[in-house]
Amino acid sequence: MNRRADIKQLQAPLLDASDRQLIKATQAGLPRVARPYHAIGEQLGIGGEEVMQRLQRMLDCGIVRRIGAVPNHYALGYQANGMSVWNVPDEHIAELGRKIGALAFVSHAYHRPRHLPEWPYNLFAMVHGKDRAEVDAKVRQIAALLGESDHGHTVLFSTRILKKTGLRLS
Amino acid sequence: MDPLDRRIINALQGGFPLSERPYAEAAAQLGSTEDELMRRIDAMLENNVLTRFGPMFHAERMGGAFSLAAMKIPDTDFERVTDIVNRFPEVAHNYARDHDFNMWFVLGTETPDRVAGVIEEIEQQTGYPVYNMPKLEEFFVGLRFEA
Repeated sequence: MNRRADIKQLQAPLLDASDRQLIKATQAGLPRVARPYHAIGEQLGIGGEEVMQRLQRMLDCGIVRRIGAVPNHYALGYQANGMSVWNVPDEHIAELGRKIGALAFVSHAYHRPRHLPEWPYNLFAMVHGKDRAEVDAKVRQIAALLGESDHGHTVLFSTRILKKTGLRLS
Repeated sequence: MDPLDRRIINALQGGFPLSERPYAEAAAQLGSTEDELMRRIDAMLENNVLTRFGPMFHAERMGGAFSLAAMKIPDTDFERVTDIVNRFPEVAHNYARDHDFNMWFVLGTETPDRVAGVIEEIEQQTGYPVYNMPKLEEFFVGLRFEA
């Protein structure tokens, strides 16, 4: 755990005040104007070139994952999303996690701690589909891929959104 | 949605140019025009086909701490516990799921210590244990939906 914490520290690049201003100005989206980066720069009192340079740096170090369209997956017909959870051997989890994460229908894959005996699952993979049957079929694909490394799995479907405010820089 | 909308969605889930006229540049690759692309994006945002258009940030790398936490709540007590959990501003998303572990929420706090603090407060106020499941490793994030 300590080593992981160290790595995390090293990966956390510093954001200066202008970066934070830029994040706040763009987290709701880019304006639809011919020169959007210049428009943001004007708002922040910096140049359009600087806005682009700062966004490029944040892309390079992973603070910005990507720039573009974020589809509403419900509107595209992806109604069902199942949180599939897997009990796999810890010693192989990195290799297995990468394999599952590479599947086109998996949006997130994470290693998380077990809580024995009630919660034996250590690998989480969010699976999207048009309906539950499609999600179930995809989960069977994952099970086939894992083979003997699958020591048990289940799928949790969301039944209700209780709260959704999103993570925002304030 | 017509074929151009689909091309926009499929092509622009990343890689939007960092240039002076990014809409013009992206439109040229899609066989469209700057004005048309901006209009289409506006319309798709309005119709809720797109939730956002712009940079997607990696929350953890902006600083702060995050975790996924789960609880097992009896049906008869579910609403009371939901109210308590949702009152915490640190709770960003909260989903009911069809399992014994029936409440799943994401915590986002300014400091790592605060995650543990919020969890303790939720346990005290609800009387139920909170199972903290922070991510130990991330393998992939970033589904690209086909329109």
